[in-house]
Amino acid sequence: MDKNCKNESRRDFLKKSTALAALAAASPALVKAGENDERIAALFEKIPLNLEINGKAYSLTVEPRVTLLDLLREQLHLTGTKKGCDYGQCGACTVHVNGKRINSCLSLAVMNEGKKITTIEGLADGDKLHPMQDAFIKHDGFQCGYCTPGQIMSALACINEGHANSRDEIREFMSGNICRCGAYPNIVDAVLEVKKGGQSS
Amino acid sequence: MINFEYIRASSVKAAVDALAKNPTGKFIAGGTNLIDLMKRGVTAPTRLIDINDLPLKQVEETTDGINIGALAINSEVSENELIKNNFPLLSMAFAAGASAQLRNMATVGGNMMQRTRCSYFYDTTMPCNKRQPGSGCGALQGHNRMHAIFGASDKCIAVHPSDMCVALAALNATVSISGPKGNRKIPFTDFHRLPEDKPELDNTLQKGEIITGVLIPKNNFNKNHYLKIRDRASYAFALISVAAALEMDVDTIKKVNIAMGGVAHKPWRMTEAEKFLVGKKATRENFSKAAELAMKSAKGYGHNNFKLKMAPIAITESLMIATGIV
Repeated sequence: MDKNCKNESRRDFLKKSTALAALAAASPALVKAGENDERIAALFEKIPLNLEINGKAYSLTVEPRVTLLDLLREQLHLTGTKKGCDYGQCGACTVHVNGKRINSCLSLAVMNEGKKITTIEGLADGDKLHPMQDAFIKHDGFQCGYCTPGQIMSALACINEGHANSRDEIREFMSGNICRCGAYPNIVDAVLEVKKGGQSS
Repeated sequence: MINFEYIRASSVKAAVDALAKNPTGKFIAGGTNLIDLMKRGVTAPTRLIDINDLPLKQVEETTDGINIGALAINSEVSENELIKNNFPLLSMAFAAGASAQLRNMATVGGNMMQRTRCSYFYDTTMPCNKRQPGSGCGALQGHNRMHAIFGASDKCIAVHPSDMCVALAALNATVSISGPKGNRKIPFTDFHRLPEDKPELDNTLQKGEIITGVLIPKNNFNKNHYLKIRDRASYAFALISVAAALEMDVDTIKKVNIAMGGVAHKPWRMTEAEKFLVGKKATRENFSKAAELAMKSAKGYGHNNFKLKMAPIAITESLMIATGIV
């Protein structure tokens, strides 16, 4: 690699090249819009975005196309939230927005202006794990662990919503979180235990 | 995802104006389907108009029914006491759809606007008349296990994937629409359309229009059931679903509305079966006869032939569960 390029990460390079690719792909529409430079500028404008993540206020700028998931992982390096399918089918990216669980891969970051986000990083109190995290460890609610942050965020919401009253109800309301290792029975055990302990986030 | 211009609309008029200024733009509400389609390159709007700030989130009782705003969230409508008590069929349909996370994002209007989940529509390397008019239909001779058995054309055999819409069709809902030419209302069953030779059009919304809400008239349906048959116990699109709402006078059917999902390009009302059942007793035999009538125009395309057997059983079963004679 050229010495001068050392400071430019592969990620930055990719960002730039995809912006150029987008410009090329969008060119027919843009030729017309090109009559108005303001519109081209608007297309690539980074939008100011204020949100609160795990109790901390952030003032950011993002491209419109950046999802909440990519903002968390790529821009803020909160990599606890996982990217599984990136199409809303697996639940690995589950976070809480204003207390409600959502798939962060299907939410544009800019659509979350002024909202309060909680990710898996926001659960523990220093070194003291959240009771749901403890319960997942105690009941062996995972093998590879990739789906676990999403499972835990979803499990907390499941209890808060009042949908953790039986094993069947938990299974139904946790169906948006896929575990390819098949730790489901243990996940249900963990959720039930926290529910019975009357503990939630 | 190809980048786009993002703007927030503060009123219905501002949203309609913003779309009129950019015909290749789209409204975005929950985004659960649109962002998915944009990531896959199925659609690439040059402008997204965020309508989440519009005051269309209400679920309120009116003199003749209930008025649900287009931006009401699926999970909130589903668990709303008014809905649970007066329109349990709608609550059941919501609960059967998607996952808890997606229901927390998806709006009522967005649910109506979601596109088919036909894999040929999603796969941009395949022909699809809905995605690219004139390119052909990959499903017609292809893997069509999930596809339509009613009202399809040789241009498209895709199905509409919604559960909510099936219940709203059964409940005789009305859609409120706003657009450059003013406001209008249409019956819910006229909102979605059959593919015919224009499968690129999912619905009858005109250029520049926006859904503002849904009205459901009061009813006396005291027996309701939403039966959904799918490949796994939860979080899957319907192979077949049946929304059944009955007004019973002891064991005689005074009124019955039935709609099916997963079988057509739109929620499929079964008016002939409904007519047959009015005034009859709630028995397995009558329900089976009604189901037979409902299946008269059904047609399979190969992999989905099993639906021809499954559908009448599902209709009968849903009516039996609703009336409690199982």
